[in-house]
Amino acid sequence: MSVDYYLYLSAILFTIGTVGVLTRRNAIVVFMCIELMLNATNLTLVTFSRMNGSLDGQIIAFFVMVVAAAEVVVGLAIIMSIFRARRSASVDDANLLKY
Amino acid sequence: MSALLAAGTTSTHEAVIFWILAPVAVLAALGLILVRSAVHAAVLLAVVMLSLAAFYTAEAAPFLAVVQVVVYTGAVLMLFLFVLMLIGVDTVDSLVETLRGQRVAAIVLGLGFAVLLVVALAGALGSFHTVGLDSAQGDKGNVVAIAELLFSRYVFAFEATSALLITAGLGAMVLAHRERIEPRRTQKELMQERVRRGGAALAPLPGPGVYADHDAIDTPALLPDGSVAVGSVPEHLEVSAARPRAEETAKELGR
Repeated sequence: MSVDYYLYLSAILFTIGTVGVLTRRNAIVVFMCIELMLNATNLTLVTFSRMNGSLDGQIIAFFVMVVAAAEVVVGLAIIMSIFRARRSASVDDANLLKY
Repeated sequence: MSALLAAGTTSTHEAVIFWILAPVAVLAALGLILVRSAVHAAVLLAVVMLSLAAFYTAEAAPFLAVVQVVVYTGAVLMLFLFVLMLIGVDTVDSLVETLRGQRVAAIVLGLGFAVLLVVALAGALGSFHTVGLDSAQGDKGNVVAIAELLFSRYVFAFEATSALLITAGLGAMVLAHRERIEPRRTQKELMQERVRRGGAALAPLPGPGVYADHDAIDTPALLPDGSVAVGSVPEHLEVSAARPRAEETAKELGR
């Protein structure tokens, strides 16, 4: 088995996450798909780190995890406050900035 | 140990791990975008994250594997579930398309994107020689090597993340905070309102089984005339078939 397969797997997972963000309507599920994309990127970074024989890739993956944690906290708080105001977590209902 | 973990080539073990967990991860990811319930999506996301943690151990990154389990599967996903519980677990996606043809377009674009990525990867990786982490981490081990790098070359970024985390925490508190716009109602006012409304029982509901022959929660209390006190069994509980006279009580409770 070649190390490249990890990169292909990561590409597939990233694509699935992208399609999920484009098709799903529930804001929380959209958020989960973003997490899936971040995870796929982390797998790429770890594999690159191994291929190039340098630990920087793992460090960057670690920072991606930290930033993702912060992003989830703020994003979920936004979803909650939108839900409080509109009683819905669907991304279709938040259209006040349209036009 | 470190020679095995940090190997540049893949062992048979790793191939076995990969070919078992990769289909699991892809199927779970597909399920994540196909299931309608958000809770099922969260569980499938946990499957993807845990299989990625297994890949990290196979790829000589034990530290990241642990962080993946603790931070992602443990903290982030639990946060997702908390918010799901707050918003209501029974929210399902509507299947109505707001933009016509959006779903088909998204799938076509996704397939195109996947082909693009895979072809680009195949072209770029054709004869890439994998070095492995042996030289990078020496015999220190993964965690020590990462710590040395993190606290020397990346120490400024590391300190900046602490500011980021504090900002995120404050932001979440500000966003989730709700100002009380009316004075808190006292117990006296609540009581007066309840008496004025009438109709409902003023005293608490009768406890289950208090006057009956069992004290289990699914046994209804009996009124002095022997009939069943309807309010004494919680609304969503069925009368257990193991109780004597279960059928008639269930009929009287209307369940």
